[in-house]
Amino acid sequence: MFASKAFKRVIAGLVVGSALVAGTSLPREAAAQAKPEQYFGIPSFRVGPFAAAGTGFFGGIIDYLNYVNATGGVNGVQMVFQECETEYVPARGIECYQRLLKRGNQQMHIFEPLSTPIAYGVLNRVDDDRVILTQFGYGRSDAADGRVFPWVFATMTSYWSGASAMINWIASREGGFGNLKGKTITHLYLDNAYGREPLPVFRALSKKFGFTLQEIPVAVPGIEQQSQWLQIRQSKPDWVILWGFGAGMNSTALTSAARINFPRDRMLGIWWAGSEEDVIPAGDAAKGYFAVANVPPGRQYRLIQEIEKTIYGAGRGNLQDPKRIGTIHWNRGVVAGMFWVEAVRNAQNRFGKGQVMTGDQIRWGFENINLTPARMKELGIEGMMPVMRLTCEDHEGAGVIKVIQWDGTRWVTVTPDWVSSDRKMIRTMVEESTARYAAEQKITLRDCAKEK
Amino acid sequence: MLYREAGQFRTSYADDARIFPLALDKYFFVAMLAFAFIVIPNVASQYWLTALLIPWLIFSLVALGQNILTGYAGQLSLGSAGFMAVGAFACYNFMLRIEGMPFLVAIVLSGLSAAGVGILFGLPSLRIRGLYLAVATLASQFFIVWTLDKFGWFKNYDPSGVITAQPIVILGYTFNTAAEKYVVVLGVVSVLALAAKNMVRSNVGRSWMAVRDMDVAAEVIGFRLMYTKLLAFAISSFYCGIAGALFAFAYLGTVEPSAFSIDMSFRILFMIIIGGVASILGSFLGAGFILLLPIFLSLLFHLVFGTSVDQSVLSALELIVFGVLIIVFLIVEPHGLARLWQITKERLRLWPFPH
Repeated sequence: MFASKAFKRVIAGLVVGSALVAGTSLPREAAAQAKPEQYFGIPSFRVGPFAAAGTGFFGGIIDYLNYVNATGGVNGVQMVFQECETEYVPARGIECYQRLLKRGNQQMHIFEPLSTPIAYGVLNRVDDDRVILTQFGYGRSDAADGRVFPWVFATMTSYWSGASAMINWIASREGGFGNLKGKTITHLYLDNAYGREPLPVFRALSKKFGFTLQEIPVAVPGIEQQSQWLQIRQSKPDWVILWGFGAGMNSTALTSAARINFPRDRMLGIWWAGSEEDVIPAGDAAKGYFAVANVPPGRQYRLIQEIEKTIYGAGRGNLQDPKRIGTIHWNRGVVAGMFWVEAVRNAQNRFGKGQVMTGDQIRWGFENINLTPARMKELGIEGMMPVMRLTCEDHEGAGVIKVIQWDGTRWVTVTPDWVSSDRKMIRTMVEESTARYAAEQKITLRDCAKEK
Repeated sequence: MLYREAGQFRTSYADDARIFPLALDKYFFVAMLAFAFIVIPNVASQYWLTALLIPWLIFSLVALGQNILTGYAGQLSLGSAGFMAVGAFACYNFMLRIEGMPFLVAIVLSGLSAAGVGILFGLPSLRIRGLYLAVATLASQFFIVWTLDKFGWFKNYDPSGVITAQPIVILGYTFNTAAEKYVVVLGVVSVLALAAKNMVRSNVGRSWMAVRDMDVAAEVIGFRLMYTKLLAFAISSFYCGIAGALFAFAYLGTVEPSAFSIDMSFRILFMIIIGGVASILGSFLGAGFILLLPIFLSLLFHLVFGTSVDQSVLSALELIVFGVLIIVFLIVEPHGLARLWQITKERLRLWPFPH
């Protein structure tokens, strides 16, 4: 009896639901005809363990797209989007990819999941669907090679470049590469593919500069670090590089360091260990801690201020708490959105202004992104971005970082200029890796000379 | 009225031992299979095939494996995702290292590899039971993922620590499109599900159930405990291993070891609890519930609310509704969705004249 009653209710609910569906979907279809629209899919994660990163990053992208629309779109083309919740789970992410791929007669051309597992899940699909997979500071480092990964971008700085730039900055801090000899640098990392990714770079550099590399893995999920810090107390390294993920692991590392009195200003975290959410739980223990940033935090940039004024001033901001404007994750999202729109703008300049672009055209736009100082001034992002350009061969572009330090309440940028990686060495490693991958997968390299 | 058994007599033992004693059940099932094999690949969209049906079938297969071990043989295990990982990486390495390895053979070999590992980790079940065994099998979950993560050989020394599945080639034909991959997955799952159904109805399944219900009594009436339990572990891991290989080759394409996390093992266990412990159908229903219901909820909410409600609120709401639904279903029918289906069938026999 109970079951049948429950069934009736479920059916009643479904009927009401589908009636609402029919009611709401009609006007939107009609509106789509009016103006040219460039459609984007946004696979966000707003619940689950990484919600802080998800709401910030995707909020930043959405705020930037809304800002572009508020200032007239790209040559009159409006940037429209649809969101889909991935929960950072690969299966959900793939479902979102397929769901977002088509909306009516619109097609998604860029996919940015901000999640390595989801990126891997769609890696084999993007070629056929002609979708650009941008991995903004994560994923395969060798995706920087556009000849082997035509549809994948490791935009701005890959893990390998990040690792190399970290050592470069430490060297400058120690007074030159000569002083690295005899020093000990500890790589404290989450024991999975992400944490091991930079190992080849660190090992090569340790051989080159003569410092001792101490590799200390922390088992997933990274909360249990007792024995690791005991090891660090015994070996007394000169620097600890923290390659952690998630507020749990990163704040635990900081509090553990405080417990053994390891100086926090001798710790340098990767960008996933360098957001506000990573250090605030550690409280005072985080004071003085260094981290690298691929996009620096802060509200001092003109673009950020304009978004605050136009979007948040009108009460249309995507962040629930406007105090998060200018935080690491949100700024990163704004820059990611800026890349999308720059690619579309480039494509329009070449293939037809005021028109909706296709996947191939937007990829051309991506591969011709050229952030000159003048262009950055127009966009209002001077200092927020390095001078960089993407090409058909080079899907990474910059390979640079800024170093930031936590002063107890906020991140302070300590390097006014960008710290570069050893671009030549990293490129050689990337090409070695992609050559192997291409041989294994029997891929013929793309001939970039033909595609100018 | 429509669903009736009047006039159907069983006159031989063979009749009695059929999978579908009722003619209507049999026709329905054959029609469903035909629909799944012929109609769906031709009409279903890319979205339906690659985002919903393929993962659902694969997870049904893992749930089936889990159900054999936990539902039928009564050994609570939390290592299914680990065995999937064994299957996925074994299949990749067989294809990579043996020139001209046929895909179907590689799949079977990867299932056997997983079975071997399963037997190894099933050994503690001879000494410990219940929740304690679950904790012991946790070790397999962590150990397998750690091993695959740690040693580069398993991944052919890929610098990012991932494997990229080779194309599926069967008898010289490359299964490339979504529909083709779906057919491969459906074929493998159908064969294995049929095998499982027959296994649990035969002496193998009875020996498992005897051990599950009371292992001392089972031993007294002549079942060899070690053999029975390890067989359950082996077969369950075989299913998980094959599902893992399909997961890598027909679904994801590029996989890292951490994809097979403890989270996944828990979800697989929830699938059989929701779907129905000791039920083949329950494995499919449970996989559908855990995997697809959140997606349908999300689609429904998107359609109903659109962009009028804050996305963060919407995402949280989906989770809440999903959680409530789990509780509701467990209260309505603690024996799972398969039991609900059975009750429905029993009522249908009387419908529409219940008296």
